[in-house]
Amino acid sequence: MTGPRGWLRQPAATRSNALHAGAWWLWALGLATAASRTSNPLLLLLLVAVAGYVVAVRRTDAPWARSYGAFLKLGLLVLTLRVVFAVLLGSPIPGTHVLFRLPEVPLPHWAQGVRLGGPVRAEQVVFALCDGLKLATLLVCVGAANALANPARLLKSLPAALYEAGVAVVVAMTFAPNLVADVQRLRAARRMRGRADRGFKALLQVGLPVLEGALERSVALAAAMDARGYGRTAEVPPRVRRLTAALTLGGLLGVCAGTYGLLAAQGAGFGLPVLVLGLAAALAGLWLGGRRSVRTRYRPDHWGARAWLVTASGVAVAALLIHAAASEPAALNPPVVPLSAPTLPLWPAAAVLLGLLPAVVAPAPRRDPRPDSKGAER
Amino acid sequence: MIRFDNVSVSYPGAPRPALRDVELTVPEGELCLLVGPSGVGKSTLLGAVSGLVPHFTGGTLHGRVTVADRDTRTHRPRELADVVGTVGQDPVAHFVTDTVEYELAYGMESLGLPSDVMRRRVEETLDLLGLAELRDRPIATLSGGQRQRVAIGSVLTVHPKVLVLDEPTSALDPAAAEEVLAVLQRLVHDLGTTVLLAEHRLERVVQYADQVVLLAEPGMPPVIGDPAEIMAASPVFPPVVGLGRLAGWSPLPLSVRDARRAARPLRERLADRGPTPVVPPQKTAPVAEVSGLSVRRGRAEALRGIDLTVRPGETVALMGRNGAGKSTLLGTLTGLHEPASGGVRVGGVVPHRTAPRELVRRVGLVPQEPRDLLYADTVAAECSAADEDAGAAPGTCRALVTELLPGVPDETHPRDLSEGQRLALALAVVLAARPPLLLLDEPTRGLDYAAKSRLVTRLRALAADGHAIVLATHDVELAAELAHRVVILADGEVVADGRTEQVVVSSPAFAPQVAKILQPGPWLTVPQVAAALADEARA
Repeated sequence: MTGPRGWLRQPAATRSNALHAGAWWLWALGLATAASRTSNPLLLLLLVAVAGYVVAVRRTDAPWARSYGAFLKLGLLVLTLRVVFAVLLGSPIPGTHVLFRLPEVPLPHWAQGVRLGGPVRAEQVVFALCDGLKLATLLVCVGAANALANPARLLKSLPAALYEAGVAVVVAMTFAPNLVADVQRLRAARRMRGRADRGFKALLQVGLPVLEGALERSVALAAAMDARGYGRTAEVPPRVRRLTAALTLGGLLGVCAGTYGLLAAQGAGFGLPVLVLGLAAALAGLWLGGRRSVRTRYRPDHWGARAWLVTASGVAVAALLIHAAASEPAALNPPVVPLSAPTLPLWPAAAVLLGLLPAVVAPAPRRDPRPDSKGAER
Repeated sequence: MIRFDNVSVSYPGAPRPALRDVELTVPEGELCLLVGPSGVGKSTLLGAVSGLVPHFTGGTLHGRVTVADRDTRTHRPRELADVVGTVGQDPVAHFVTDTVEYELAYGMESLGLPSDVMRRRVEETLDLLGLAELRDRPIATLSGGQRQRVAIGSVLTVHPKVLVLDEPTSALDPAAAEEVLAVLQRLVHDLGTTVLLAEHRLERVVQYADQVVLLAEPGMPPVIGDPAEIMAASPVFPPVVGLGRLAGWSPLPLSVRDARRAARPLRERLADRGPTPVVPPQKTAPVAEVSGLSVRRGRAEALRGIDLTVRPGETVALMGRNGAGKSTLLGTLTGLHEPASGGVRVGGVVPHRTAPRELVRRVGLVPQEPRDLLYADTVAAECSAADEDAGAAPGTCRALVTELLPGVPDETHPRDLSEGQRLALALAVVLAARPPLLLLDEPTRGLDYAAKSRLVTRLRALAADGHAIVLATHDVELAAELAHRVVILADGEVVADGRTEQVVVSSPAFAPQVAKILQPGPWLTVPQVAAALADEARA
């Protein structure tokens, strides 16, 4: 295995060297930020290709990894919807190339400003396509993070004070497949009563027993969790408890006020400092709140050099495109009026390609030559 | 280690206390077995040890329960989590995380153990329970025996002094049950863990017990003592004890090995006799014919090249490991799964192409969880719905219920019935359509010996009536008592098909206890031996 570049070569992924889930999310959010800065369809498609390539070479066979296809379909759906709405409702984009005319529906005067049907212009459709593509790219980036990072492990990296929320999500995620299995079992049982086992009505009639089953399971799970020590707390002096509450509450208020200051017309000057102060106080509150919990973590993910590199590649793409959007607005957001073929701006495209770094540095998943493992029945 | 001082538990609205005047001491490092019929409060007693009764279930507990000198009155279950490990009846309900390794670590994380200790204990436990191969597997893909081992492992990692288990082997095939019991043995012997377990299938566990607690009747104080002494008078007992009582052996053997040593004179007495031959049903037209059947579930081939013929009046037992394809075969006979190749005919029709209304008159299935079949909120409503579904005359189902389940009032909610009663109700619902072929999936899971023997009587009568019965079961004693024929499945293929006595006697996993004791004689059950001895006395 160790070739001439032995130590440079990425290792096979195992439980111990798995990339931190947070690194994948930061990388994907970097790509998404980059996508939000441009409406150039060539750049957007390049971003989709980059995300898709990394997913293709670095995802595992785990169930969550299969969700990528669903995100792609969702992206396509959003794109189609955006175009269909632009065609039906029109948009305020001026233009001269009328493709065709839809019969216009006369609307009452109070619905002024809304138009149904009417002339469909090429500029409108192109704008909607670019806009839809941007949304679809954002979705694909989120999908990539979802396919590459184990959601359970991401929740495990939450601060201790948020641990309870994390458990609720994990439990919900394991409950969903159980519910599906219940529905299938009960529908099969209906067949044994001589009732139809397919169709909407059949699904409705098994609803109540399925809910009953789910409720019973949750009670049993709650008992099991209690018996396994869930919710054990450490003694915290009342002073610390009060301080925690004050910090968290004050911090959140500060965050609200700071955001308002940043967004409102006046007061941008005090907005940023208040926001930063608020965030700091809220984080301190969370950290203090974690002292109540006695929990420890089993095999926490390490944030190593490879995680830094993956994060850096995402951040770099975002930063370079933000910079490009300011310095070359025409190339990144080409105007649709007048219509022209988009061109690929060279150095922003090269910046997007930096996002391919994880395909080289992240540990490679082992491809299991065996088919689906047996024993999945029962 | 565990002390019950004059403990009574009562739930509001119940006519009598669930437990009364329990005085019990379990010393450290003992394996204590809790036995008794369904509904006598075994689960309540187990729950009282872990503190779930009354902290979680409600109700009132009088007296005092202490575990490792901690009073459950002042310690909530989570504060006992480091001394008591509890595994309930259904391991699936116990899992909080999604993979084996995290499940093993969960309890330790809750207790706040340092991470190097956690890592070491997870590795040790993976080895102790033989789970190392499965460490990264999602729990949903494990078989029943593996899940049970993971559930036990997940409470072992916190090194509890006491382990409480509710029916740990009843859902498992014989081999998987052996695995789990071997692990418990090892814990008791090597680590000095105190184990308290309740189990209906005494033939599997009683020989391992140091002490037996018998709850004979609801609301009565328990009888506690040496396993052999208790078994001599217990209303629930395994076949080995039945044979021992019949032959008058003293001391009463509890394991097959001890019984074989005591059985030499009996084997000689029975040498020139054989059990009354079971009359195989006449060669009539089959009610179900399966030929060259293959079924796929997803990409896996669940069944491959199955041939099976069932004739009226015949009882066939399907046996094999968890996941061998037994339930799939039953499902295919009822049209739930479409064959990938080969043919299935039930009562002259192809099941998966037949409308459910037509099919119920030809084949009836009682599923593993009889509750799945019941929708209504009273027994009477369930019966009238069943008559309507089956197109039977009104009152058919109710008459069957009265016959199978005497003394159950119309307005009882099916949920309030015991396991055995619910099974009988589901059976009545299925029988309302008078199907000539009756299928049962794991019918004795959770049944006590009395309910099981009632079920055996009913199924015998149905077979004598001309019904063909196919039952998928792990219960070797049930198969020995009931089945004319045994079919063993492994990995989706038939590996043995023949008369019960020919198939089971030669197999170490599927032989009933009596067959193991009286080998090489052809005996399978205690009643057969009793009949032969009575015959001898008359001659």
